[in-house]
Amino acid sequence: MNTAATRELMDYDEVVERFDPVLGLEVHVELNTRTKMFCGCSTKFGAEPNTQVCPTCLGLPGSLPVVNRMAVESVIRIGLALSCSIAPWCRFARKNYFYPDMPKNFQISQYDEPIAVHGWLDVTLDDGSTVRIEIERAHMEEDTGKSLHVGGTTGRIHGADYSLLDYNRAGVPLIEIVTKPIVGTGARAPIVARAYVTALRDLLRALGVSDVRMDQGSLRCDTNVSLMPRGVVTFGTRTETKNVNSLRSVERAVRFEMTRQAGVLAAGEKVIQETRHFDESSGSTSPGRRKETAEDYRYFPEPDLPPIAPSPEWVEQLRATLPELPWQRRQRIQREWSLSGEELRDLVNAGALDLVAATVEAGAPSGEARSWWVSYLAQQANARGVPLDELPITPAQLARVIELVASGELSNTLARQVVDGVLAGEGSPDDVVAARGLAVVSDDSALIAAVDSALAAQPDVAEKIRGGKIAAAGAIVGAVMKATRGQADAKRVRELVLERCTS
Amino acid sequence: MNTELTRLTAAELAAKIHSREVSAVEVARAHLDRIAAVDGGADQGVHAFLHVAADAALASATLVDEALGVGSAPASPLAGVPLALKDVFTTLDMPTTAGSRILEGWRPPYDATVTRRLRAAAITILGKTNMDEFAMGSSTEYSAYGPTRNPWDTSRVPGGSGGGSASALAAFEAPLAVGTDTGGSIRQPAAFTGTVGVKPTYGGVSRYGLIACASSLDQAGPCARTVLDAALLHEVIAGHDPLDSTSIDRPVPAVVDAARVGAAGDLSGIRIGIVRQLGGEGYQPGVQSCFDAALRMLEKLGAELIEVNCPHFEYGLAAYYLILPSEVSSNLARFDAMRYGLRVQSGFEESAEQVMAATREAGFGPEVKRRIMLGTYALSSGYYEAYYGQAQKVRTLISRDFAAAFEQADVLVSPTAPTTAFPIGDKVDDPLAMYLNDLATIPANLAGTAAMSVPSGLAEEGLPAGLQVMAPVMGEAVMYRVAAAFEAARDADQGGPVIHRVPESEVRA
Repeated sequence: MNTAATRELMDYDEVVERFDPVLGLEVHVELNTRTKMFCGCSTKFGAEPNTQVCPTCLGLPGSLPVVNRMAVESVIRIGLALSCSIAPWCRFARKNYFYPDMPKNFQISQYDEPIAVHGWLDVTLDDGSTVRIEIERAHMEEDTGKSLHVGGTTGRIHGADYSLLDYNRAGVPLIEIVTKPIVGTGARAPIVARAYVTALRDLLRALGVSDVRMDQGSLRCDTNVSLMPRGVVTFGTRTETKNVNSLRSVERAVRFEMTRQAGVLAAGEKVIQETRHFDESSGSTSPGRRKETAEDYRYFPEPDLPPIAPSPEWVEQLRATLPELPWQRRQRIQREWSLSGEELRDLVNAGALDLVAATVEAGAPSGEARSWWVSYLAQQANARGVPLDELPITPAQLARVIELVASGELSNTLARQVVDGVLAGEGSPDDVVAARGLAVVSDDSALIAAVDSALAAQPDVAEKIRGGKIAAAGAIVGAVMKATRGQADAKRVRELVLERCTS
Repeated sequence: MNTELTRLTAAELAAKIHSREVSAVEVARAHLDRIAAVDGGADQGVHAFLHVAADAALASATLVDEALGVGSAPASPLAGVPLALKDVFTTLDMPTTAGSRILEGWRPPYDATVTRRLRAAAITILGKTNMDEFAMGSSTEYSAYGPTRNPWDTSRVPGGSGGGSASALAAFEAPLAVGTDTGGSIRQPAAFTGTVGVKPTYGGVSRYGLIACASSLDQAGPCARTVLDAALLHEVIAGHDPLDSTSIDRPVPAVVDAARVGAAGDLSGIRIGIVRQLGGEGYQPGVQSCFDAALRMLEKLGAELIEVNCPHFEYGLAAYYLILPSEVSSNLARFDAMRYGLRVQSGFEESAEQVMAATREAGFGPEVKRRIMLGTYALSSGYYEAYYGQAQKVRTLISRDFAAAFEQADVLVSPTAPTTAFPIGDKVDDPLAMYLNDLATIPANLAGTAAMSVPSGLAEEGLPAGLQVMAPVMGEAVMYRVAAAFEAARDADQGGPVIHRVPESEVRA
């Protein structure tokens, strides 16, 4: 019985008062190449089990791997975007271990000769500060098949009645990106971990090399955590937590391990170096299957594949294909929209940057676009309890609403009603305008009639205006707007009120 | 039975078939009859074949005859000629076992590139030949299906691992065969059976569909009874294959022309290096005297003989027995009962790990297990540098020895194996003695250079010995030229080919 695992968790404030956390993050990215890493099979997600397989990805006797050139290009581009050095010569290696979801019982990976090394990624936190995460390496490997353990209670192999194997995923190109140890983040460690994975996801999305769907496993993160008592500089024993399947889970898993390990250490016991499993529902980690002997992967250079030696010309060609990277884009947007650092940060924190940018791309001025997303739409999202980008309105639809206001066809009040209609699923802005009859009343004769009747209904107010008290006109404008159910252009109504009282 | 046809060379058979003097079907049938008469099985006979595909062979030969009948040109210079295929190449229409119990009855869902090229050349594939399990062995005694016997003396081994292919040639069951050579598995059986065997340059013939023994050493190559036949087959199976990343993307050396030029018998201007380290002590006297006679003959043909020094060759065997098992331990990991092949399971309560272990225990033979254990140990953390790492350095030094020697000489020569065929059972319990038989053949595998064995004569007890000719990477043309010149001169000198002195195999009624 592992008593250490059942120790009480330490209060988080106390943890960071007494210990310094050290993080290490390993992110696996499934590339979105059309074919697998070493054969021509499709990588499409969600196909019938075992329909996207061939002798090579099934590891049949006699089959041989051939490197997917697109995958090599992708990893070089990732390496360049992370400011890594691209190795002028590197090799694949075999990682040997037995597991039924691995057809050859070895994984073709890279070991001591990875293709990209020594880079960094600058990560901006919610408070505006920036943390530089050093990248140790990025290397290529092949994914394993998928096991489905049937029976038992946990869905894990232990206690299952039987297991089903799907090799469609076997051989899908994977890039593993490993950080150097991240030190000095203190209480912010869980937030830094989350921010790093978020920033990496945004970068990979901008590069267009992966679907980066954590829910589908195309982006996976293993979090390594250790603690050292404050003032100590030698790292403590680390644990590696797997099955961390969302950004929020990254933060929770790190936080949980910090409180758990602190509890173990405070009880005078030792943290066991082990692989742990994150449980989404409880937010806790539990030990993986204990191995009787330490795993020895017996790495050696893959004899079936010649070394890869990217020429400097090729690397430069690939560098030239890098798109605008997320931080470059943020800088450009800040400049073009004339935003203060704080305004930019608010946009980013609200998750509105991409939405505003897309709205601007659809033709709206940045000020209006920004104002809609961070105020009215942010309130709607908040009220519905969904993230901003899950509101059922597209940037293009919002841009259309803004266009209708600019052309005078909608007042601001009407525009909100149109947006409400879109959010309620009533169709496009134009559909909502037509269906709800929300066009601005711009026919002066109708308005004049409404103004005259309002003046007649409030003779004392009319008298004040005629007497030069222009401010009193507001009451008449309000009455007219009410009478026209907001469909009149308030500015025009005001002009008409003043006209009628001075003529 | 038409024994006449089975005595002909592949080149002679092709000429007769293509001129429609005989049909490909007659030729196929003659060889199938011969197999039925002499091959026997695990208990008696030559036992060169693990599977005979009579129907498929006749169907393939029929297509050749039909095509020739409507005036089409032959699909290749060997169209209609029968061939025996080592059971290490995947074949869609035949089981593929690699001589192992663990793959008994396995029907691959794909053809090896070599298989595809043979089919495209309209060569008649007679069946699959016996071999040491996963090509590990030098006698074919480690086949899970019983040993192959040497037609020169059925109480003796034919060498290995490709003893089935070599014996099929020597017993006139087939004029052509394909083998694989990881440390001598084509050349040593050729020497033991008085036939010709070629290990091309590493990367010269595709390994796609060749069940791997040691990936960095394995090389498929042609086996025949004459140098010209080997050259004809070489040009069919060699060439770049995009499915094998280690295959060489360069034109195939013109070995058929080279063999024809060589047969004219002039080797003037050719420098032949005698490797000081391969020969002398540890080599059987009769083998050594066959080699010495061969040297005199080469000199008479006009070649210049020089001695070359390859000081690191003596570490070749040790390096080989670290690199090979290391790769084997990884390559053979896939045989785990999960997807194909043997599955040993006593109940449903067992874990996948238990099933894997039980299957591998029952499915692999002793030599395979020995090498898996050696390799697992050599690659394990803490030992890697001392074993695998050092062995790779030796490999580099051996390549440098070759490079230096080829500065001085166009080809190198040595006896192919230190002994003639040994009795069945003689070394099966003494792995080190068995390993020593590959002493002279291993360096070419470690360096990836080309090498071949051609019969040099008869040694003790009337058993054949082999002359090994080694050439630089992609230097097959000069190698075939020297071998063909030697073959022609020796045949003239000794009144006919060595193989003609093989005793008639016992024919069953």
